[in-house]
Amino acid sequence: MGANTDNGTITSKTGMARLLNIKTPDILKAKRIKRSHRHIRSEHFFRQLLIIMALLILVIVAGIALTLSVESVPSMKAMGISFLWGKMWNPVADIYGAYPFLLGTLLTSFLALIISIPFSFSIAIFLGEYYSKGWLSTLLKNTVELIAAVPSVIYGFWGLYVLVPIVRAFELKLGITPYGIGIFSASLILSIMVIPYAASMGREMIRMVPPPLKEGAYSLGATRYEVIRSIILPYTKSGMFAGILLSLGRALGETMAVTMIIGNTSLVPKNIFSPGNTMASVIANEFTEADKTVYLSALIELGLLLFLVTVVINMLGKRIIKRFTNE
Amino acid sequence: MKNVKRNVLQTANYLKLALITCLLFCSCQGNSGNQQNNTADANTLIGAGSTFDYPLFSKQFAEYHKTTGLKVNYQSIGSGGGILQLINKTVDFGASDAPLNEEQTHKAGAPVLHIPVTAGAVVLSYNLPGVTDTLKLSPGVLAGIFLGEIKKWNDPKLTTINPDVTLPDLDIVIVHRSDGSGTTNIFTTYLGKVSAEWGKKVGEGSSIYWPTGLGGKGNEGVAGLVKQIPGAIGYVELAYALPNNMAIAKVQNKAGNYIFPDIASVTAAANMQIPQDARISLTNTDAVDGYPISGLSWIIIYREQGYNKRSADKVAKLIKLTWWQIHEGQQYSAALFYAPLSQNAVAVGEQILRSATYDGKVIIK
Repeated sequence: MGANTDNGTITSKTGMARLLNIKTPDILKAKRIKRSHRHIRSEHFFRQLLIIMALLILVIVAGIALTLSVESVPSMKAMGISFLWGKMWNPVADIYGAYPFLLGTLLTSFLALIISIPFSFSIAIFLGEYYSKGWLSTLLKNTVELIAAVPSVIYGFWGLYVLVPIVRAFELKLGITPYGIGIFSASLILSIMVIPYAASMGREMIRMVPPPLKEGAYSLGATRYEVIRSIILPYTKSGMFAGILLSLGRALGETMAVTMIIGNTSLVPKNIFSPGNTMASVIANEFTEADKTVYLSALIELGLLLFLVTVVINMLGKRIIKRFTNE
Repeated sequence: MKNVKRNVLQTANYLKLALITCLLFCSCQGNSGNQQNNTADANTLIGAGSTFDYPLFSKQFAEYHKTTGLKVNYQSIGSGGGILQLINKTVDFGASDAPLNEEQTHKAGAPVLHIPVTAGAVVLSYNLPGVTDTLKLSPGVLAGIFLGEIKKWNDPKLTTINPDVTLPDLDIVIVHRSDGSGTTNIFTTYLGKVSAEWGKKVGEGSSIYWPTGLGGKGNEGVAGLVKQIPGAIGYVELAYALPNNMAIAKVQNKAGNYIFPDIASVTAAANMQIPQDARISLTNTDAVDGYPISGLSWIIIYREQGYNKRSADKVAKLIKLTWWQIHEGQQYSAALFYAPLSQNAVAVGEQILRSATYDGKVIIK
C-alpha cells in the first residue's frame, strides 16, 4: 500500500519516475523472495521466544508457590491447622495464629472496595460517555492515572498527617476512643489508591460500546441516563467487574501505606474504627527481626496464606464474570 | 526504503534477543557474585545489622576512611538480619542490639565474639496537653501502664509519684514499635526485670504480643503517633528523642532515684562490672546515677577469622577497625546522641578483641 501511493505521487511529477514505476514491482518481487527465508526463520524464532516467555511466567509463579510452601513447613508442623484461626500471634511464646491479620486484610480490602466503587464508576462513565474528548478529559484521565503512579509511602505520610487527624476529629464526635489510625483510616487510603484500576478499565469498556446500540436507544427516545443504565452498564458489566477485581488485588497486597495507618496491633479488631493489622504489613514489619526458625517460617506461611487468598478471590471473580457474560 | 526498514526491524529483534539473554545470564550469576563479595576488594569491609548503630557507624567509618583509606560498606538491615548475614558468612562483621540467642548461637556453629561498641537508651515520650513539668515514672507504674492495668492519666498510682503535676482525666494510649526492633528488646527486658507479672504474661523479645496499644513503624512512626494523639505514651531511642525535642519522662532506677535520660546517665548505667563475654543487659543496673533502661550494642564477629579463604591482611584490617571504633571512634558518640562506652566496657572489649584468631593464631596482642 505504502509503496503504491509513493509511486503515485512521484509519477504525477516527473517523467523519470514513470520509468521507475515499471521497474519497481520487479525489484520488489525479487527482494521478497530473497527475504522470505530469513523472514520465516525469524518468525519461527519470534514464536519460540514468546512461548519461552509465557512458560517463564508459569515457572516463576509455580516457583513462588513452591518456595512459600517448602519454607513454611516448620510452622505448619508446629502450629498445624490452628494457624488459620488462632487468635494469638505471640513470637515470645512461639504461638502463631493468623486470624486477626486475615480478618484485617479482608476487612480493609473490601471496605476500600465499597468506598471506591461509586467514585471509580462515576469517573469511568464521565470519561467514557460524557467527556471522552477534549483537554478536560485528558487532564482528568491523566490525573486518575497519576493516582496509581504515586508511591504508596507518600499515601502513608499524607494519610498519617492529613487524613488521620480528620478521622480522629470525626471519632471524637462519635464518642469512640480517638486513635485516628485504624482499619477505617487504612480503608480510606486504600480506596483512593485503588480508584484508577477500576476507573481506567471501566472507561475503556464504555468507549468500546458499539455506537449503533447507543444510537438505536437514542432514536427510540431514551435519555442519556437511560442509555447509560440500560445499554452501557449491562454491556460493560463483565469488564467493570474485572476492573473491580484488579482494584481488589491491589488492595489485598498493599503494604506500606496500610502499615503506616492501620495501628499494627495483633489484637482482633472489635469494630472498623479499632486498630488492626494486615498480613502484608505484619510480614513487612517483622521479617527483618524474626530470629527463630518457627517465627520466620510462620511469617512465610502468612505470605502463602495471602497468596492463596488472592488466588481464591481471583478464581471466584472469574466465575462471576463468566456468569455475567453467559446471561 | 522498505528494505532498510526491514533491516532495522530485524536488527532491533536481534538486539532484543541479546538483551534478554544477557538479563537471564545476569540473574543466574547474581548468586555466585554475592559470595565473592568477601574476597573481591581487599580494601573494602562489609558489615550489616543494627539500624540503631547506623548514624554512628557512618560517621566513624567516614572518619576512618579519611585516615586509612579503608572503605566500609555497612548495611543497616536490622540486628536480626545482621546476625543472619554473619552466620551465612556473607559479611565481615555484624552489628546487633541484642546478643545471639540460643538458636542463633547453635546455628553459628563456632564461637562468636560480642564487642561492645556503643550504648543507647530507651526513653518514654508522652503527649499530655497542658502538662509542662517532667513526668516521673516508677518501674511498677510503667509495667502497669504497658500491661493495660493503669488506664487513666489521673490514676492514683500516677498522681502519688507526681505530686507536683496536675494530671488530666485522659485515657492512656500506648504506642509501641510495630517492627521487630532492638529498642523493643531493651524495653521489654527491662519490664521483665522489674515486673514479675510482665515476665509471666508478656515476656521479652524484639517483637512481642502487646496486650494493648497501637504500633508505629520505626522510631519516627512511634514519635509521630505520640505527637498526634493526646494522652499517648510511647518508647523511642534516646538518640531519636533528644534531637527531636520530645517530652521525656524521668524513670526511677534501682537505687530509687528518678533519672532523666541523657548521655551522662546512660554512660553511668554502663559503668559497672561487665562479664568477660560482654553479653550483658544494662537494664536496671545498680548504678546510682544510671538511667535504668539502657543497653549495649555489639559488633559481632567469629572468633576464628580464617574462614571463606579470607586473607590475613583483611582480617587484620577488620580487627584494627574495631579496635579504633572502641577507642578513638568513641569521640564521635556524644555529638550524635550516643553514650560513649564506659572504661570497664572498653577494657572488656580489648580483652575480647585479643582473643580473636586467624588460623588459630592471635591477631593482636
